[in-house]
Amino acid sequence: MPQMTYREAVCKALADEMRTDEQVIFFGEDVAVAGGVFKVTPGLYEEFGSNRVRDTPISEQAIVGAALGAAITGLRPVAELMFADFVFVCMDQIVNQVAKYRYMSGGQFTVPLTIRAAQGAGAGFGTQHSQCVESFLMGCPGLKLVVPSTPADMYGLLRGAIREDNPVFVLEHKLLYNMTGDVPDDTGPMKLGEAHVVREGNDVTIVSTQLMVHRSLEAATELEKEGISVEVIDLRSLAPLDKDTILDSVAKTNRLVIVEEAPHSAGWGGDIVSLVADEGIYWLDAPIKRVNMGQALVAYSPPLEDTVVPNVGRIAEAVRNVAQR
Amino acid sequence: MTTVPALNLDSRQWMLRRMLEIRIAEEQIQGLFMQNLIRGTTHLCIGQEACSVGIAHALQPGDTVTCTYRGHGHALALGMTMQKLIAEMMGKASGACKGKGGSMHLTDASIGLLGENAIVGAGLPIAVGAALSAQVKGESRIAVAIFGEGATNIGTFHEALNMAAIWKLPVLFICENNLYGEYSPMENTTPVAHIAERATAYNIPGVVEDGQDAEAVYDAVKEAADRARYGEGPTLLELKTYRYRGHSRTDTAPYRRPGELDEWLKRDPIDVLARKMIADGQLDETELEELKQGTERLVFDAIEWAKAEPFPPIESLFEDIYA
Repeated sequence: MPQMTYREAVCKALADEMRTDEQVIFFGEDVAVAGGVFKVTPGLYEEFGSNRVRDTPISEQAIVGAALGAAITGLRPVAELMFADFVFVCMDQIVNQVAKYRYMSGGQFTVPLTIRAAQGAGAGFGTQHSQCVESFLMGCPGLKLVVPSTPADMYGLLRGAIREDNPVFVLEHKLLYNMTGDVPDDTGPMKLGEAHVVREGNDVTIVSTQLMVHRSLEAATELEKEGISVEVIDLRSLAPLDKDTILDSVAKTNRLVIVEEAPHSAGWGGDIVSLVADEGIYWLDAPIKRVNMGQALVAYSPPLEDTVVPNVGRIAEAVRNVAQR
Repeated sequence: MTTVPALNLDSRQWMLRRMLEIRIAEEQIQGLFMQNLIRGTTHLCIGQEACSVGIAHALQPGDTVTCTYRGHGHALALGMTMQKLIAEMMGKASGACKGKGGSMHLTDASIGLLGENAIVGAGLPIAVGAALSAQVKGESRIAVAIFGEGATNIGTFHEALNMAAIWKLPVLFICENNLYGEYSPMENTTPVAHIAERATAYNIPGVVEDGQDAEAVYDAVKEAADRARYGEGPTLLELKTYRYRGHSRTDTAPYRRPGELDEWLKRDPIDVLARKMIADGQLDETELEELKQGTERLVFDAIEWAKAEPFPPIESLFEDIYA
């Protein structure tokens, strides 16, 4: 099994899709000659040339709008927004244009468009370069949204996203870029919308994504020593959402903790609460707990940043809380 | 504004007929709105018809257009049928967008109309993308973004022109300068007298043309389109024009300068072309009257047809969100 980093998985997925389909093009700020500010896309410009791999000006609205225009006229573009926080600079193009273009036209267009961006706290980038932005995008029917947490998922989901005839956001977590993992040779494009039960358990279900999956797994190992058996679900995709995997797990464990790297209000965790309240409330033996950033913001100073993002201790505490009831 | 070469008779007849269709359709649209058969809002381009037909006539099959909510004229000029247009505005299933778009989102991929847009300036980057795909694929088609002078004060204008200029994309930026951004006269919002001056910031040609003369519009668009097709990059073309009606349905435009409308009415785009054709012996008053009556029948028939068409089924609410 070949080992690669999450970062390398992004680049390999892009390269493999560009080799497979000449309609795939890739552009963004400093992605071509420099290979990306996170050094995620080196070599693509050299292999595929300046026609298909382009550096853009610092123009997020034009990047997203041009990607949309190209997508509805015969290409399959991948656009990079660098830091995910920059989605707010081009929210009109994302929300009013990309997400609605097919619908408003009565289905005249498909929008085979992938937008990549790096999100997440923990690297000392400060308040405007550290947010997780999923929840802002989940209010937009028309968009799909994937949040890979391992190199294999990153590779497969990015390839799957590029092959989608719908606009897909692929959010990459900055702190995972250096993570190494197996990406089997036969890994192909993955279907979007399938959660992964990363660890099986019987007492409490944790639902999480990206960095929080890894911290939840650490918490689960710790809790095992205390006799608490934790099941950890990596959602991998937030839109569409794999409801069955969540409900099946809650039916088994009867207890649910949701771990999000995001503010509490209108976070995607609220959707999971709603789902279980609606379709699984009689299975519950304890209140649902959400572990998240509360209403705090990501700060620059290391102890402040370390505190705002859910850590293993806070996750374990929430699990103990529901397990005791 | 130089001397405009006359187009051939077929072209003139086509442009005159299409301008009449636009004018008469929009007059009826206003009436349908008052009867509540069209909902929400409408933005009429009455007075600006020469822009629509001059642009459309200069384009080729495969070329694409994004325009604004003041785009009924562009849709008709590009070839959207009167039935599809009226039915869409009435929210009927047989409308251009199956009733999901309405007056501000007319779209017809079959004629290259990538869509009107209800967000000021939003269509410009989309046109840049359409031009990008032409360039990447080595196709000779061009993209056109049509917008008002108000859109040149929003960020997408800058981003789109800048990106198109550095990549020398085959795209035309056509500004229909009707002197008012919503209710505000241009001099209150814009520090240049001519929008075309802004082209210098992108090192691309900026051209001012008379937007009331369909032949002049055609000529200017054709020249810019040729440049784009030959790989010489984008042009910013400003068409000086005027809307006779207010910004949208309820606006009676009390902010106009006294006498301004009367001055512009003297250069009505339909009259400008009809007078030239009459002077050249290509049309007489009787023929013009017959043409108007025939166009009225076309519009009335489309309205009656659309009234009888069904609304979309409720299930369609959930269709076409995803492919």
